[in-house]
Amino acid sequence: MIGKWLDIGPVTQIEPGTARTLPVDGGEEIAVFRTMTGDCYALVNKCPHKQGPLSQGIVHGAVVTCPLHNWNISLKTGEALGDDKGCVPTIPLKVDAGRMFLLREAVMGHASGAKAA
Amino acid sequence: MNAPQNFDRGGRERLVVIGNGMAGCRAVEELLARDPEGFEITIFGAEPRVNYNRIMLSPVLAGEKQFEDIVINSAEWYADNGITLVSGDPVERIDRETQTVIAASGRSEPYDRLIVATGSDPFIIPVPGKDLPGVVTFRDLDDVEKMLAAADAGGPDGKAGRAVVIGGGLLGLEAAHGLSLRGMKVTVVHLMPTLMERQLDEAAGWLLKEELERRGQTILTGADTESILEADGHVAGIRLKDGREIPAELVVMAVGIRPSTTLAKLAGIEVERGIVVDDHMVTSDPAIMAVGECVQHRGTCYGLVAPLWDMCRSLADFLVNQPTGYAGSVTSTKLKVSGIDLFSAGDFSGSDGSEDIVMRDAARGVYKRVVVRDSRVIGAVLYGDTGDGSWYFDLLKKGEDISDIREALIFGQAFAMGGALADPNAAVAALSDDAEICGCNGVSKGQVVACIAGGAHSLDAVRSGCKASASCGSCTGLVESLLALTLGGDVKSGPKTMCKCTSFTHDDVRRLILEKELRAIPQVMQELHWTTPDGCASCRPALNYYLLCAWPGEYEDDQKSRFVNERLHANIQKDGTYSVVPRMWGGLTNPKELRAIADAAEKYGARTVKVTGGQRIDLFGIHKEDLPAIWADLNAAGMVSGHAYGKALRTVKTCVGSEWCRFGTQDSTGLGVKIEQATWGSWMPHKFKIAVSGCPRNCAEATIKDFGVICVDSGYELHVGGNGGIHLRGTDLLTKVETEEQAMEMCAAFIQFYREDAHYLERTASWIERVGIESVRLRLADPEEVRKLAARFRISQKYSQHDPWAERARGKRADLHAHIAQVRPLQMEPAQ
Ligand SMILES: Cc1cc2nc3c(=O)[nH]c(=O)nc-3n(C[C@H](O)[C@H](O)[C@H](O)COP(=O)(O)OP(=O)(O)OC[C@H]3O[C@@H](n4cnc5c(N)ncnc54)[C@H](O)[C@@H]3O)c2cc1C
Ligand code: SF4
Ligand code: FES
Repeated sequence: MIGKWLDIGPVTQIEPGTARTLPVDGGEEIAVFRTMTGDCYALVNKCPHKQGPLSQGIVHGAVVTCPLHNWNISLKTGEALGDDKGCVPTIPLKVDAGRMFLLREAVMGHASGAKAA
Repeated sequence: MNAPQNFDRGGRERLVVIGNGMAGCRAVEELLARDPEGFEITIFGAEPRVNYNRIMLSPVLAGEKQFEDIVINSAEWYADNGITLVSGDPVERIDRETQTVIAASGRSEPYDRLIVATGSDPFIIPVPGKDLPGVVTFRDLDDVEKMLAAADAGGPDGKAGRAVVIGGGLLGLEAAHGLSLRGMKVTVVHLMPTLMERQLDEAAGWLLKEELERRGQTILTGADTESILEADGHVAGIRLKDGREIPAELVVMAVGIRPSTTLAKLAGIEVERGIVVDDHMVTSDPAIMAVGECVQHRGTCYGLVAPLWDMCRSLADFLVNQPTGYAGSVTSTKLKVSGIDLFSAGDFSGSDGSEDIVMRDAARGVYKRVVVRDSRVIGAVLYGDTGDGSWYFDLLKKGEDISDIREALIFGQAFAMGGALADPNAAVAALSDDAEICGCNGVSKGQVVACIAGGAHSLDAVRSGCKASASCGSCTGLVESLLALTLGGDVKSGPKTMCKCTSFTHDDVRRLILEKELRAIPQVMQELHWTTPDGCASCRPALNYYLLCAWPGEYEDDQKSRFVNERLHANIQKDGTYSVVPRMWGGLTNPKELRAIADAAEKYGARTVKVTGGQRIDLFGIHKEDLPAIWADLNAAGMVSGHAYGKALRTVKTCVGSEWCRFGTQDSTGLGVKIEQATWGSWMPHKFKIAVSGCPRNCAEATIKDFGVICVDSGYELHVGGNGGIHLRGTDLLTKVETEEQAMEMCAAFIQFYREDAHYLERTASWIERVGIESVRLRLADPEEVRKLAARFRISQKYSQHDPWAERARGKRADLHAHIAQVRPLQMEPAQ
């Protein structure tokens, strides 16, 4: 079962309320987020607006505010919130025994990255 | 599924239970209730005692209960029900071939049905010294007795003993509470920034920490244990990874638990994190069942008792051939520390389509947060007043539609279910005229209504008219309801609030931070009744700045509330790379610096090198991973951060002045360098630019800067509030002074005035337009004020003039720059 999942290390590597990056050779860089309450999410690290690195935004609730033009992106669905329209792919993530796992096929599955709608 | 068959033992099956804990005995109780005659039962327990209520060990430690009070089943119960209890003799092996269990003493017992209920093992962090005497876990009565003995023994000098509890979760905090009631000096060391982070959000965690500290415990969050110290073969304290050492005679490890699965694994039963069971608690071996903390059901392991009641019911149902099936549990938590009311249930992390309803009553120390999605409660965190916990939990478990009571939900069951009272306005309308509305200022409903009738048609007008809601603001909602009731739809919206998370303006927040001595972001949010759990991208940076400005040297900067540029000390560019600008004092440089800049540009692949408008050199296209290295190189050549990225002092632009220019009246370059050395590193409401020109020809363009100096024959003209941005604004003349020292003093005073008064993200230009240049001139016309402001500025500079690049280059917060891991295509394994 673990074979489908890629172990990216202990949750404690990410301070709550922040994110870290995971480059993928031949794929899109992934941003791994941890909310203030300790929940983890992963998104392709590209804002649907103009590809801003979401990993560098301010995290509040389960939302990240893009550092380039302040779009608010949901960590759960990747959708832009409010009046903005667009969506960034999410990567299924699970935490088991304090370690984070990403769904292997999703990690490689995002050659095209974010799309604006 | 495999139904039990009858065996030829007078119709009685042999049932063996491993684990005399809460789940093992409960399963037996449930079974006896259904079929008292059907089984011949033997229970093995590792502990040398009868079955007791494990969760009550905390009150035993705290001295609120005795062991006798927490026994669930006495020796008579075992006897009366014909149960053989083998206590103090742990089972060591399950032989599935012969269907026998073998205990440590060698005793073997055959079974037809076996129940594994081995609970969990405390997790022990693998640090040096973990096996020293004096290091204990918190799981059973023996552990409690060890802790009590340590508390009684006291410290080596005859004073109260000292204890360190590693782990600030439910268990750790209960241990810490008990030990401090037993007279020990307790330090809790917690890895995460928030206590009980799995049950609590930041706000509730902060309240809890405050309360525990008030009770004399020391709480260290973000603290990682490196090793356990030893003296004379006994524990002597711990050392943290940051080098701090905390002396102690007792160390309690309460960092978590792990399902106890060794026996099951040895026997070849399927185990993942826990022993895998189906909905009838049957393991991969049809004759063996498992219940309690040792199991994994539908992917989940539980660490609380409520689920095991449900598990035991379905196990018993199955054993008597009336299978019902267990479908998993939603759990809730309460902390058993006397005087602290804390409740948490479900998903409180907030998510899409989910809404947070937050209520903060600072006066009563109450924080409540209910998370609602699709008109259903999905989570709740309550602190201070948990009376409605069970009601929210009930709504949550039943998934009840709450649209009808949504408005009043947060006020609790009595209020929400009060029919007509469900409309908060109606509730306020029902209040009598002399009911108190504002507790801080003692204003009654009648007075507020009279004030509104007298022409105060906005919240702010009411605040200045009769003082209601002008202090802590907790009655703001009530006042708004009164406005709505009295004026119908006619309420004028007040001044702009800071952001959607609060009803306070920037000015209110700044004033209240000082008045109420608020010293941390969660504290501000609690005291000022923030309506979101952890703010948003606009209030977090503002609060961080306001606190930093209010409490220099004391407030600990919150990196996660900073915009990326300030977090990474470089400017993010449109392609996600960064630009790096070293400081060049007054715009001066030299060959050595230029060489170092050129080398760095080459080495780190800067794609563009540009001279900035502020007379510095900007290197573009640097990757965030390379930032610490390029800074180290620039530091080595004597250069520090230019803060070209910050809401901070950026540059001091100069012209060449009297040293070279034929028009120059004073040494404008020299003064620029002095001013920059005095002001660099200071955080501001917005970016701040200074320029010094040597004569009125003004080659340094000082009249479009936040602070500009024009040197003239008789001294220095000081100009303020200029801006070359979207809205071009020339400066206003502030004053004229005679000496360099006076110019510098006035500069410091003006900056501090701006720092203390402006709203976050307000340039001096818009600030001055808002408050009026006259008021700025007036304040700075008073020499005593100037002296005080400048002195405050210098104090805060003592704490802010550290090169942020140097610390990062030395490796501080490397996590901000490094990738968490890397995925390579072939093996698809992350590299650390
Ligand atoms: C101090 C403390 C406070 C707690 N507070 C709360 C609370 O407030 N609320 C809450 O819901 N939960 C609380 N819990 C958790 C709760 O106690 C557990 O969820 C519950 O006890 C689990 O029951 P169990 O039967 O699975 O495990 P246990 O009660 O641990 O029983 C397992 C038993 O199996 C025995 N055993 C293990 N291996 C063997 C073997 N090989 N042979 C024979 N016997 C063996 C053990 O000695 C133990 O007695 C608390 C726990 C502790 C320690
Ligand atoms: S501002 Fe005056 S002193 Fe400075 S360079 Fe220009 S002309 Fe010379
Ligand atoms: S790129 Fe994210 S908001 Fe513009």
